[in-house]
Amino acid sequence: MSLQTELQTLRDQAMTQIDGAQTLNELNDVRVKVLGKKGSLTEILRGMKDLSADERPVVGAMANDVRNELTDQIANKQTELETATLNEQLKSEQIDVTLPGQPAIQGQPHVLQQIIESLEDQFMGMGYQIVEGPEVEQDKYNFEMMNLPKDHPARDMQDTFYISNELLMRTQTSPVQARTLEQHDFSKGPLKMISPGRVYRRDTDDATHSHQFHQVEGLVVDKHITMGDLKGTLLAVAHQLFGEDHDIRLRPSYFPFTEPSVEVDVSWNPVMPDTKPEDIDWIEVLGAGMVHPNVLEKAGVDSSVYGGFAFGLGPDRFAMLKYGVEDIRNFYLNDVRFLTQFDQKG
Amino acid sequence: MKVSVNWLREYLPIALPANELAEKISRTAVEVEDQYRPQGDMKKVVIAKVLSVTPHPDSDHLVITQLDAGEDEPIQVVTGAPNVAEGQTVVLAKHGSTIGDGKKIRRGKLRGEPSNGMLSALQELGLDNQVAPKDLEEGIWVFNDADAADLTPGEDAFAVLGFDDDILELGITPNRADMLSMNGTAYEVGAILDENVQLPDYTLTESDEATADLITAEAPADLAKKYAVRVVKDVHVQDSPLWLQRRLWNMGIRPISNVVDVTNLMLLTYGQPLHAFDYDQLPAKQLKVRTAKEGENIKTLDGEDRTAKAGDIVIDSNGEALMFAGVMGGASTEVTDQTTNVVLEAAVFEPKAIRHAARDQNLHSESAQRFERGVDVSATFTALDHAAALIAELGQGTVTKGRVVAQDFDYEAPVVKISTDEINNVLGTQIETAEIAKIFDRLGFGYEELDGKFSVVIPSRRWDISIPADLIEEVARLYGYDNLPATLPVGATTPGQLTEKQKLIRDSRHTLEGLGLNQAISYVLTTPEKATQFQLDTDNEPVEVNYPMSQDRRVTRGSLLTSLLDDVAYNLARKQADVALYEQGRVFASNGLHDLPNEIEHLAGVVTGNVRERDWDQAAQPADFFYLKGLVEQLLTDYGFTDAITYVPNQDRPEMHPGQTADIYVGDTLVGFIGQIHPTTAKMYKINKTFAFELNLSTILTLPRLKSTYEPVSKFPSISRDLAILVDRDVHSADLVETIKAHGGQDLHDVKVFDVYTGENVADDKKSIAYALTFVNREHTLVDDDINAAIERITNALEKQFSAEIR
Repeated sequence: MSLQTELQTLRDQAMTQIDGAQTLNELNDVRVKVLGKKGSLTEILRGMKDLSADERPVVGAMANDVRNELTDQIANKQTELETATLNEQLKSEQIDVTLPGQPAIQGQPHVLQQIIESLEDQFMGMGYQIVEGPEVEQDKYNFEMMNLPKDHPARDMQDTFYISNELLMRTQTSPVQARTLEQHDFSKGPLKMISPGRVYRRDTDDATHSHQFHQVEGLVVDKHITMGDLKGTLLAVAHQLFGEDHDIRLRPSYFPFTEPSVEVDVSWNPVMPDTKPEDIDWIEVLGAGMVHPNVLEKAGVDSSVYGGFAFGLGPDRFAMLKYGVEDIRNFYLNDVRFLTQFDQKG
Repeated sequence: MKVSVNWLREYLPIALPANELAEKISRTAVEVEDQYRPQGDMKKVVIAKVLSVTPHPDSDHLVITQLDAGEDEPIQVVTGAPNVAEGQTVVLAKHGSTIGDGKKIRRGKLRGEPSNGMLSALQELGLDNQVAPKDLEEGIWVFNDADAADLTPGEDAFAVLGFDDDILELGITPNRADMLSMNGTAYEVGAILDENVQLPDYTLTESDEATADLITAEAPADLAKKYAVRVVKDVHVQDSPLWLQRRLWNMGIRPISNVVDVTNLMLLTYGQPLHAFDYDQLPAKQLKVRTAKEGENIKTLDGEDRTAKAGDIVIDSNGEALMFAGVMGGASTEVTDQTTNVVLEAAVFEPKAIRHAARDQNLHSESAQRFERGVDVSATFTALDHAAALIAELGQGTVTKGRVVAQDFDYEAPVVKISTDEINNVLGTQIETAEIAKIFDRLGFGYEELDGKFSVVIPSRRWDISIPADLIEEVARLYGYDNLPATLPVGATTPGQLTEKQKLIRDSRHTLEGLGLNQAISYVLTTPEKATQFQLDTDNEPVEVNYPMSQDRRVTRGSLLTSLLDDVAYNLARKQADVALYEQGRVFASNGLHDLPNEIEHLAGVVTGNVRERDWDQAAQPADFFYLKGLVEQLLTDYGFTDAITYVPNQDRPEMHPGQTADIYVGDTLVGFIGQIHPTTAKMYKINKTFAFELNLSTILTLPRLKSTYEPVSKFPSISRDLAILVDRDVHSADLVETIKAHGGQDLHDVKVFDVYTGENVADDKKSIAYALTFVNREHTLVDDDINAAIERITNALEKQFSAEIR
């Protein structure tokens, strides 16, 4: 048998063995057996020395071809086997991806806090400071400095938890404004503030009344503040709370600490250029007005030079409107099924 | 206050439909809370005359009536009305009619007799029983003869009864008490519609007899700035004519008798409360305004025996307190159908005095409400004269000559100065002087104007206006708030940023939410028992409200945990056993009745039940001390205190588990505590095993804190060694760690407990505890010799200090 024939036979046998290999080990055995140092190909090539000078290059070239062909074939087979093995492994690792993930433990801010915080952020962006004050207040700051002297009929509008003749649970966050106004140094710029916080009224708790609720009140005092500025600011608030498409309207009202005083309605539905006035559903959300000169004077601010606006809104009432919460007491009972519903972020 | 649009039309022309008028009033003056037509959906109800009444053959309480309802044939109606009689003019709901509450009337048979409709009482046509002149039990509505003469059978009953009127229910704000009268409302609507107002007129005829010969009156100016009386003699007290009755019932006031009705009509017309006394029942022919002595008894018109408090304003006659002046009349001098001579009183009582009495007696009558808020002082005596004239007319009496005036003053109209510039500067508008002048014209305010500077004369009917800002409001609302520009303040910019305290509080909230606690907001007011529980500072006294609404809400809380435990209980009672909550808020420490309490910012949290529910791939994870402690450690670490945080066992917090509670210190400062709620306390709150912490944020804010610092990460690898030791059970891990750190050298980077063991193979009084120590050096790679030396030092120290056995 010539070397060529032997090579051809070797090749054919090896090709069959490679194709037949079931595992990487088997394949490796074939490789070692055929192409290894002591492999059959090496064995055959030892016979090269007996060949003539003419034959040697021919057989040599043929031997190289066989080696290359087998090497490629082994590599291909190896990839094939590896892929199969990997696929096998992947198949065995298959899981039901529709099963739920491990629940992350995440708490929620209270819905009232969310409203307060979004207002805080908006007003900070407009250069307002956030000011807190005592929840147990002096009558002086809660009422008298807000232009509500004792025996003022408007005190009937607010039933008050008194602690003594001088002290009470604040009925509004306005006393914070009185305190801040009294301290403010106008040479350092205008006063722009909001005061969020808990307030208290001597009320029997029911679906729409709570002896404790929240307010966010705002105050701007400077030399040239107009009611137009108030309207623009409230429009910005309405946009923040309800969305850009919502409009506001002002109606006359009465608060002892503002003159003129207005109630502010926000459109429940978006108002587009083609929305007819009669189709707008207005809801009462805010009270506001131009700061009463008496309030400025009582805080030692010259009302002939300075003026400003004030507004107030109730996060509780607002949340009731926005989410359709039917009972104000829900905000203070802290039922986890209630608290965890207001979880939208971003 | 209800306002009849038909009545309003007597003052000025109103072409607008009622809903548009209501909208204009709401946008310009006061809120229109409701607008309705008494007729509503009712129909086919007519005037009928009773032709005959015959007994029902089959009933002893029903009768058969034949009625002339303007049709060719009489209509037969069977009725059970006890008061029906031949010749009456009545109201018939015909077959096919709709009456009050949407009830439909159909022909039918009553005990075998055909009935083609229903004879009605006013209540059955929707009039409130409090307002209808006669009680429903009295039977059907019967027109009195004088009124019946003007009625035609078959005529629409709704028009006759005034039920075709439009009623506006106005929500009068305290400043617009002028609109608690038709005159005031008419002026306002006149200003809105730019129409002139025609005020009501009357003709007073007096007899020759001088009123002063019949009665005297006395009123100190500090109680009544105006006080006058008139006498009307020989009055027939009877039902008022229909026009007056329907006017009153449409305005929500019950017609009583001509005398009382006239005083009420004047109250509605002028906003001026009047009072009528039975002249002959006065203890003496004198009236006097004074304050009551403590304990004086007055039986008021509502039938109540009342005891006056010292200072309540009363009307006296011959030393006897007859009534609470301006608040409610007295029964002893009430005008009844026996009355023939009437004393009419008109006054301007001091608002504070009225308020005082109304509060003391809890009597917030229409009259008191008006005196408290003020009345038009120019209309007081006009209303008196008008009332006297009308009572004389309706009761065929005579008015005696002159008023007896006990107190009076001249109204001096205030002049308020305002300029076009001031108005525009406040409103942000460019309203022309002429337009402002026009607004004052519409309001009926007199003024002088020069170069845009106005001197405005305020009429007595607008006592709410006294300063320029008040006039700016008048201009603004009539100019229209819709016409104001929407701008933002311009001027010096100011920084808007959180203070350090606000930042800390906000970050703390966010941290705890990130760690799985839901924010609770609970009630601050609680019971005295709870107020002193869980206090960090047990010397704190709660603040107590002086008139609580309920025993559960009497004092301010001294800890947040009391609230949170209430929340846990609320959830548990609703089968929500897994609760993780935190609250940020204030606790209060009283400083007595004169000084403000200390308000201390706290932060507290609770976990109970499972922190993780059972899941398909893991078991439920119940809350325990170390779960919660992990959260608190994270929170406190985030604050970056300069001083070390330590947890010191405290067995003495009465509401906490003695073996599972630690006080939390930063350096030497107590900042809070953490632990399990004492089982006894838990039982009291009706809650399960609960773990809790409470921190004093106000204190935390005062502690030194580090800014975040940077040090390069070591390039050299770290080496870990485990160290297992056996110590007495009561040895605290924190002490062991402290010793390890003290002797571990500079390279000891971290010490972690990774195992604590008691039980088999460990003596009962011992525990095995294992630490993973991590060493690292920034300059070079550590070798075993370095570590061995450190471990040697550590073990020696542990053996010496704790008799620890190294395992």
